[in-house]
Amino acid sequence: MVKRLVVGAHYGLRDWLAQRATATYMVLYTIVFAFAALTLPKMDYEHWSALFSGGLMRFLTFLFFMSLAYHAWVGVRDIWMDYVKPLGLRLALHLITLFLLVGYAGWAAKILWRL
Amino acid sequence: MSEASVARKARPKFLDLREIRLPLPGIVSILHRISGAGLFLLLPFLLYLFDLSVSSPETFATYKAIVGHPLVKLILFGLLWAYLHHFCAGIRFLLLDLHKGIELEPARQSARLVLIVSLTLTVILGVWLW
Ligand code: HEM
Repeated sequence: MVKRLVVGAHYGLRDWLAQRATATYMVLYTIVFAFAALTLPKMDYEHWSALFSGGLMRFLTFLFFMSLAYHAWVGVRDIWMDYVKPLGLRLALHLITLFLLVGYAGWAAKILWRL
Repeated sequence: MSEASVARKARPKFLDLREIRLPLPGIVSILHRISGAGLFLLLPFLLYLFDLSVSSPETFATYKAIVGHPLVKLILFGLLWAYLHHFCAGIRFLLLDLHKGIELEPARQSARLVLIVSLTLTVILGVWLW
């Protein structure tokens, strides 16, 4: 017999969708970024940092890091759920992942708005 | 003995790790997971480099020195591949989710394409950047 575990209020579908939406955004951003970076007249501090200090690019980059954090949260959590069965350990890993990603997102915001 | 357990016994098992051949789409899939996990693990390092590179002309010079180190270059080369593979395989998964190319042959071909494109781009970009 298959024992089914009830795992909460169907956050599965929402996260699945969010993972795909953020992935799509990251694809678009990657193309824009690659184009902007590869066409820089010169790869020095002035040009490179100016790339991110424009209002639009700063916003798009910020959105990229937010997407990345949400995307990686869903993805890494899926990986823990596949391989780590003891509940306490799994919960701890989920929390560490969450804290790290929130921290990284804050760090990215700090970098972008200091420019 | 019940019929079910007889049937279970008769099922062929083929779990010889030296003999199992993972099909191409399976390889793309597991590499997608490995690349995603690798990117996550090295994210703080990438953020640190990004921070240095845009903070001031002095930290930019530090950044240049760090990425000039052969070992760091190797790591970044690996990360570049991880990103590109995750990127290409990710696009493939998104299309599969939309039921594009889910038949066996197209799925095999797109898996091969993902491996080839991400490796080629890694070499081109890697050589060009360093
Ligand atoms: C270019 C942008 C990206 C695209 C198109 C993309 C696409 C995807 C897709 C479609 C999935 C779901 C795969 C599935 O359910 O089988 C996924 C999973 C995942 N992604 Fe991304 N991703 C991108 C960037 C990233 C980045 C930057 C990271 C890391 C920090 C990351 C980490 C992960 C992880 C850990 C998973 C879970 C893998 C698994 O369950 O096997 N992704 N990605």
